[in-house]
Amino acid sequence: MNCRVQLAQVEPTLGNIDANLAMHLAEIDLAVKAKADLVLFPELSLSGYFLKDQTAEVALALDAPPIRRLLERSKEISIAVGFAERARDGRIYNACAFLEDGKVLAVHRKVHLVQYGMFEEGRDFAAGERFDVVESRRGRFGILICEDMWHLPASWLHFLAGVDAILVPSSSPGRGVTEKEPRLRSTQVWHTLQEALALFFQTWIVYVNRVGSEDGISFSGGSRIVDPFGRETARIEGVETGRANAEITGDALRRARVSTPLRRDEKPWIVLRALESGQRELERNEEREGGSSRA
Amino acid sequence: MSELDIQVELVETILVRFLKSEAGKFGFSRAVLGVSGGVDSAVSAALAARAFGPKNVLGVMMPYKTSNPDSEGDARKVIAALGIESRRVEISAMVDGYCDANGVTERIRRGNVMARCRMIVLYDLSAEGRGLVIGTSNKTEILLGYSTQFGDSASALNPLGDLYKHQVWQLARHLGLPASVIEKAPSADLFEGQTDENELGFTYAEVDRLLVRMIDERCSRDELVREGFAPEFVDKVARRIALNQYKRLPPVIAKLSPRSVNHDFRYLRSWGH
Repeated sequence: MNCRVQLAQVEPTLGNIDANLAMHLAEIDLAVKAKADLVLFPELSLSGYFLKDQTAEVALALDAPPIRRLLERSKEISIAVGFAERARDGRIYNACAFLEDGKVLAVHRKVHLVQYGMFEEGRDFAAGERFDVVESRRGRFGILICEDMWHLPASWLHFLAGVDAILVPSSSPGRGVTEKEPRLRSTQVWHTLQEALALFFQTWIVYVNRVGSEDGISFSGGSRIVDPFGRETARIEGVETGRANAEITGDALRRARVSTPLRRDEKPWIVLRALESGQRELERNEEREGGSSRA
Repeated sequence: MSELDIQVELVETILVRFLKSEAGKFGFSRAVLGVSGGVDSAVSAALAARAFGPKNVLGVMMPYKTSNPDSEGDARKVIAALGIESRRVEISAMVDGYCDANGVTERIRRGNVMARCRMIVLYDLSAEGRGLVIGTSNKTEILLGYSTQFGDSASALNPLGDLYKHQVWQLARHLGLPASVIEKAPSADLFEGQTDENELGFTYAEVDRLLVRMIDERCSRDELVREGFAPEFVDKVARRIALNQYKRLPPVIAKLSPRSVNHDFRYLRSWGH
């Protein structure tokens, strides 16, 4: 597997799908010119982030014209794009669609909606329930949207599935300016996490974060690619819009997994047994207390 | 080194970008702000000058007849150092016109009238020159409520609102602002001999150290006292913060309809255009 990935560190306009679609098409042109196989956009790149009551107004079904327009372009290059997805049943998800060869290959719906501090995603979005693998002709990918990456089992599942890369579209606000190094605390923390996951799960980590400001909250960029040894191979400096690309290779995966065969030695059934016994205990407790927490 | 020390270059980059990007959304590329001769307005002016270009920033000096002449002198130094446009609007006639006719003699009321007259001037000049009003309130005074509501706290964009006073000073040194502006005792200069620290009853150094632990790091009262903060000091500051919450929020709207502004009509300031 070899795939040249272009990171599109963009600045979407809040709630303006037309302007954002035009911006995506321009970025896709640049990625095609750079001979990339896949272009990755940040979380909610088509809509902007702090949507609040706009969520329902800008949500798109998979057959909506902007998605169809991008599907056309996916015949030239694979595209992972962030948008508010209106499902058939009316629920709205914080989603990332993986488009390839004119088809919607997969849609990852953010599982771990952020609902604390400045975030209110749980108020506006329904939560996804699955971490599926994208079987692309460019490789096998797991998609984690922003906060999904902070929950270890999400990337662990992709590790068990043996993905080549974890794609992480993000809209992460920059915060923490009292570090000893001239870098935002939040950026530093993201980078540490990416390196740790790359090392734990011996996979490529492709992280793309947006920039720009929405009502005073500045998104911090810091997009980068980390190899299966936890080393950075591409990075966009600063908090401005920009792009960068690097090849993610099967060779690096092979070398990492041969030198330290973590997947071979993983024992997921121990986790399964612990979960099952925990479940039995929970049920016993519920019986004792004469109720059930499950509907 | 202090735990409050910021990465000044990083902060400058973020704040300059913030001013440009947020003003741009509303179609503004110019700024207006009051320049008092104090460090807060000097830092805001310096950031605005970098964001919009010095010729697109109007620094307004608004002395009252009893204002300390040194304040205006320092304001002139800031304006000259930054190369921004300037205007002098004396507010004595405005303030006296109202206060004398209505028998307003109490110091605090007169001070509030002065602060609100300055707001009127800034918002009028905002309309005159199509410049957004840039705020100069720092995080310490916002938390303590040490400001006049709809007066010096009024602005469209505030680049300093998440910086403690200590950090404003640090940024001022980084931005190369005149030493006399950075070194003098902070004062609202609303009456003779006024200084912030006398009026508040504690120093910025003390309260910034407390606020960062209490607000940013969410330490409990017990933790703060164990760390050595005097319980009376902790309580006094906590009370001030709570009592002044109204100054930090828009007016309270009584909910009647199914969808009410500020309750369940939720949008950022610019959307969809």
